[in-house]
Amino acid sequence: MIASRKSLLTPNRRGLLAAGGGLVGLLALRPAHATASAMQEAMKAFCAGVTPQAGRVTLDIPPLVENGNSVPLTVRVEAAMTAQEHVRRIGVFNERNPQPNIAVFHLNARSGRAEVATRIRLGDSQIIAAIAELSDGSLWTATAELVVTLPACVES
Amino acid sequence: MGRALINVPPKARKGQVIDIKALVSHPMETGYRTGPDGALVPRDIINRFLVTWNGQEIFSADLFPAIAANPYFAFTTIAQESGTITFRWFDDKGNAQVETAAIVVE
Amino acid sequence: MRRLVAIAGVALGLAAGLQASRGDERRSGATFMSPQTQALQADDAANPGMLSVADGQAQWSTPAGPNGTACTACHGDARDTMRGVAARYPAIDAVSGKAVDLMGRINLCRTRNMGAPALPAEGAELLGLAAYVGFQSRGLRIAPPTGAAMDAVRDAGRALYTRRQGQLDFSCAACHDDNWGRRLAAAPIPQAHPTGYPLYRLEWQATGSLQRRFRNCMTGVRAEPWPYGSDEAIALEAFLMDRARGMAVETPAVRP
Repeated sequence: MIASRKSLLTPNRRGLLAAGGGLVGLLALRPAHATASAMQEAMKAFCAGVTPQAGRVTLDIPPLVENGNSVPLTVRVEAAMTAQEHVRRIGVFNERNPQPNIAVFHLNARSGRAEVATRIRLGDSQIIAAIAELSDGSLWTATAELVVTLPACVES
Repeated sequence: MGRALINVPPKARKGQVIDIKALVSHPMETGYRTGPDGALVPRDIINRFLVTWNGQEIFSADLFPAIAANPYFAFTTIAQESGTITFRWFDDKGNAQVETAAIVVE
Repeated sequence: MRRLVAIAGVALGLAAGLQASRGDERRSGATFMSPQTQALQADDAANPGMLSVADGQAQWSTPAGPNGTACTACHGDARDTMRGVAARYPAIDAVSGKAVDLMGRINLCRTRNMGAPALPAEGAELLGLAAYVGFQSRGLRIAPPTGAAMDAVRDAGRALYTRRQGQLDFSCAACHDDNWGRRLAAAPIPQAHPTGYPLYRLEWQATGSLQRRFRNCMTGVRAEPWPYGSDEAIALEAFLMDRARGMAVETPAVRP
């Protein structure tokens, strides 16, 4: 875990009004964040020695979000969702938050559909990854990239 | 913890896939944020969400500070028998919030 | 990357060339939001502002004060008695002759009629009650009261709206009348119609009042924010509600 005194909640970057003609100046400080390698480590821990294959997982997340405090995320996995074939776990990971983990969802043969929606925080523009573990032990993965835009006139 | 809003259909057919939505009030304090006094606000998040149907787990989640404040989850399950769906949110302080919803399966 | 996005945003805003005269093209702030945030507001099962509404609903029938009375003692079922009420505030309080907003009215009810202490500004209790009462007007048109006393308050509010202030020397009108539809950083500048308060702001990660939003704007232009419940804040609120007359109440709205 990478400790940081920077806020994830109140982004330490602010749109500043330039005095005069309504021009926009930006003070963009790079927040402290997890690294691509921390994300890889977290994903490796989830996979426990099995190599994930690309496919079967869909990450539905808007490419451009107006506030990183609440980003809608839906994960879907192609699986029959029967006793023979179902999703057991879905791990969601990020690259640049202070911590690489977002959530691990536990599903089962009774889930009906392999589909979970939630709302997440992203401190910066970055890559999100999801890995699904099926009942046969196989792992499937997908990634998505998104841009978090700057809010204006935020609370100080 | 605070208030929760649960969305479960009151009735379902046996074998039907039903949609469940759950929203709970919680700041999901990350532990990375400074308060008005400049000191770090201690981490306080819901770290686990567990849903059971007549005692059997139908969905659960391990959660990290990257889950948005006032956590929201939508998922599905297959209706099997009438009974009670129980939602439990566990936070870092060891508190659990419990809500229930009744469902009739025909 | 961020800088590029912001510049692209400014360019888009300028290209749109939204300079239509106000009054013909009034738009809720919701229309400036992303489809995802609009969807969040539209879904009562997902809109976090509904947690405040539920808070207020519980408090509506919770006794407070020495006589153990609740809102229900006078007002019964809010779904009937509070319908349209939030659409008519701020209004003149007959006892003091001063304008009060909905939260001020709730606190007057508590202190005068229930003998209970006033609820703190921006606390979950007061926001919850205001959200619950506001929710009873959702979809109804904003219909501020008429009369000379309210006109005087609104005139004061209009003067505040157009007055330049703060180190950046901006008025409310400089952004929300003259430059709505353009972008400030990547954020679209809306027309400042207070149609959905109290509302859930993603930036706040909480429900908050119009007066909290005023304070954010004032901090933005480096002006000294008004205290909660100040005459200035009520006057500006009254002016803005009149400016939004006929628009639909959205409480509890969601904004970025």
